[in-house]
Amino acid sequence: MKTEDIKVCVLRVGGTNCDYETARAFKELGTQAEIKHINELAKHGDLLNYNILVLPGGFSFGDYVRSGVIFARSLNAKLGKQMKQFIDENRPILGICNGFQILVEYGLLPGFDGTDPYSQATLTTNNPQGFKCNWVYLKNENKGNCLFTNKIPQNKILKIPIAHGEGRFLFPVEKEKQYLEKLVDNDMLVFRYCDENGTPANGAYPINPNGAYHDIAGICNKEGTIFGLMPHPERAMYWWQEPDWTSKTHTTPYGDGKLLFENIITNVNKTQ
Amino acid sequence: MKYSAKIEVSLKPGHSNPEGETTARLLKELGYTVETVDVSKVYTVTLNASSATDARAVVEEMSKRLLVNPTKDDYTISIVEQ
Repeated sequence: MKTEDIKVCVLRVGGTNCDYETARAFKELGTQAEIKHINELAKHGDLLNYNILVLPGGFSFGDYVRSGVIFARSLNAKLGKQMKQFIDENRPILGICNGFQILVEYGLLPGFDGTDPYSQATLTTNNPQGFKCNWVYLKNENKGNCLFTNKIPQNKILKIPIAHGEGRFLFPVEKEKQYLEKLVDNDMLVFRYCDENGTPANGAYPINPNGAYHDIAGICNKEGTIFGLMPHPERAMYWWQEPDWTSKTHTTPYGDGKLLFENIITNVNKTQ
Repeated sequence: MKYSAKIEVSLKPGHSNPEGETTARLLKELGYTVETVDVSKVYTVTLNASSATDARAVVEEMSKRLLVNPTKDDYTISIVEQ
């Protein structure tokens, strides 16, 4: 499929606030990206007209009950059948920040047994508590399974900002080790928080900004088609979004976030 | 019959509790002798059901489907006929 034929759906509800930048990133790279409200999509039933689905960042439904859970249940209730087909056809889904929370609450991530009726993980209150909005370093630990990162060299360090109050990735305490092994064995672990040299944070704040278990910042499903991450690649799309943009000489107009968007587009070029 | 159900959602033991720890720290700074603070959320749901048992079953289901994340949450349900 040619890049200009790729249709990206950036799905929003009330409280979504990163839809515009996310759509812009995809458009910048030559795809057709459309921002759609969930009710509009449900009314016309056209999710399957898209090649990529993106759940962008924000505070969907005011983060009521738990971040992402109302969007997740609403998506399942209104578009569940189309979502199932979309997933079964291995069409890629990206969840950024609140989008990652939605994918976890939906049961799609980690999704060890396909779509889980009840979440096998959570993204909960930061530890230390509070909304954190700053740049972090991420190490790509994926060995090539994730369709959003498989062109990025393993162990490459990316600089991308976070902005969240509930980003602490956790497994059930009694299953932490077992689930981490599954994550690694199935090549579902993608990004971990690290320092600028790539040394894992090992839980140390502020390198790990939220207390996430095993410094987890992003994971994908077994098939590598569904990917969620807490940092915001759309806020690291261009060099001028970086905090030190006035003091550095830039050889490219882009930032590290572009790598993820470019990566998935290249894969859709080949597979669809 | 009309019932009022209270669902209290709290953190499972073993999970760190940054919200409670921050609140406890502030209460100490305000001069109170506080050991720990636990934070929970209470939903009060009014519903019609044929019996308290049926009401509890429905509330149990809605808790699992929406109100609780089993990874980190415990919950208790109390039902009162109105």
